Amino acid sequence: MKKRQITQVLGFNFLRLCIALVILILAVILYDIVSKGMGQISWEFLTSMPKDGMTKGGIFPAIIGTFFVTVITALLSIPLGMGCAIYLNEYSKKGKITRLIRMSIRNLSGVPSIVYGLFGVVLFVQLLHLSTSILSAGLTLGLMTLPWTITASEEALKNVPQYYRDGAQALGATKWQAIRTNVLPYAVPGMLTGTILGLSRAAGETAPILFTGAAFYLPFLPRSLSDQFMALPYHLYVMATQHHAIEKVRPIAYGTALVLIVLIFCMNFFAIFIRYKLRKVRIK
Amino acid sequence: MCRIKERLIHGLFFLNGFFVVIILLGIFSLLVFTSIPAFKEINIIEFLFSAVWNPDAYVKHSYGILAMIVSTFMVTVGALVIAFPLGIATAAYLSDVAGQRTREIAKPVVEILAGIPSVVIGFLGIVMVGPLIAKIFHLHNGLNAVNGSVLLAVMALPTIISISEDALNSVPVSYEEASLALGATPWQTIVRVKIPAAVSGIIAACMLGMGRAIGETMTVLMATGCAPAMPESFLGPVRTMTSTIAIELGEVPYNTTHYYALFGVGLVLFIITFLVNMTADIVLHKHEKIVK
Repeated sequence: MKKRQITQVLGFNFLRLCIALVILILAVILYDIVSKGMGQISWEFLTSMPKDGMTKGGIFPAIIGTFFVTVITALLSIPLGMGCAIYLNEYSKKGKITRLIRMSIRNLSGVPSIVYGLFGVVLFVQLLHLSTSILSAGLTLGLMTLPWTITASEEALKNVPQYYRDGAQALGATKWQAIRTNVLPYAVPGMLTGTILGLSRAAGETAPILFTGAAFYLPFLPRSLSDQFMALPYHLYVMATQHHAIEKVRPIAYGTALVLIVLIFCMNFFAIFIRYKLRKVRIK
Repeated sequence: MCRIKERLIHGLFFLNGFFVVIILLGIFSLLVFTSIPAFKEINIIEFLFSAVWNPDAYVKHSYGILAMIVSTFMVTVGALVIAFPLGIATAAYLSDVAGQRTREIAKPVVEILAGIPSVVIGFLGIVMVGPLIAKIFHLHNGLNAVNGSVLLAVMALPTIISISEDALNSVPVSYEEASLALGATPWQTIVRVKIPAAVSGIIAACMLGMGRAIGETMTVLMATGCAPAMPESFLGPVRTMTSTIAIELGEVPYNTTHYYALFGVGLVLFIITFLVNMTADIVLHKHEKIVK
């Protein structure tokens, strides 16, 4: 009897230790970046160009580049992702094709990001002649985020009760009318939340943009979608490993890492805020 | 009129849904077609089983990817050795022991951890984990397979924790009640009833974590030293498939044998992750069936 209880106490404490370790890992990561990156952050750092062979100055072009690429990513992945989710949840019947679509989504979400990069190089840069540009990189990231957008959107559609659809159709609405007026308004907040979470992951990705448009250094801001661009995650990679005076630019690397993480957190909070806000408006 | 419109809308959504199948097939076929020219010059057996990767050699180029495959599996296995026990223990704690408050703290922690970009983790591998490893093992730098494994473990943890937790939560309450009613302690119930009942879900979680680790690029690129040779030990530098592509694709001219060979590496990577994910998928479905 006693031995069993000792085992239980030891076991539970082991589990507690494990979860404490997981929390500690995150705490150490955040502490290191915030404490060493904080000193670097200033208005000038955020709004000026890199200077003196990127040993001084700011990261403005990288912020702008990441912003525009994320916009392209959103333009591709939001409509396609939502459409696919609507098909799967509202129209599809159980069968081989639906199973094939679902299997493809699961596998797409497991395709390594560097493979999306290879795909982007061949499809967008070479076959479609979009050159290495914001457009190519954004489209590549858009394809990569698609499975996440679909999964999140479908989740949101599933949460709309079935009788909302039945009610509309019983009153004579066609299927599409029912979806448009009685399903989508309630599902869109959830869809957007999931999509923005996906976009925040895309904004932090480096591998897919390595060859599709990200530039080591550009002395000017991109002027059109067919220009190359600097991006925050790639800039961090360059500052951490490729720069000729790595030790000297460490503070800039820390500053870039902090800005990147803060940007991602802001997107996440914005997503959660949308869900909260729109939910309050809709359900009265 | 209305009917035609409805049909049209239905058709459009179907095309939209089918688009994902086309992308998956598109990725696979573009990888195949772009790597085919490489195999006109490279013997496919040599490609897969030779360890010498030296595309820039003056006399004889050699394209063997065995060293990269071994490197990839070394860091992946290392990552799983760390993340598997830690992830399952955390999942077990969250699903069965933790109170409401712990859960409310731990859930966001796992989500935030999943949201940290791989390039940031790689950066920390250089500035934090690397020096630490160098100090512990008395090396002059800490950029090696162990470093990569530690970082990949951190990246695979959120996947393993959340999917294992789902698997544990989906075990019917009756199992737990029966075990407790027979006089088992809660600990015995977790270890001997719940974990065995959820085992296929847990295995699937680890395979998905493994898939993530195999395909991860930036962390291994930054933290493992990237020496293009057969790895000698966990404390030596390694160069995975992903980092080889990342390092070299930016430098080779389009449409050369070297360029095509890098797509060959991408194809092998795609096939490996595809198989791992498919297996995870099948195992997970089995779990769902058992639980029902």
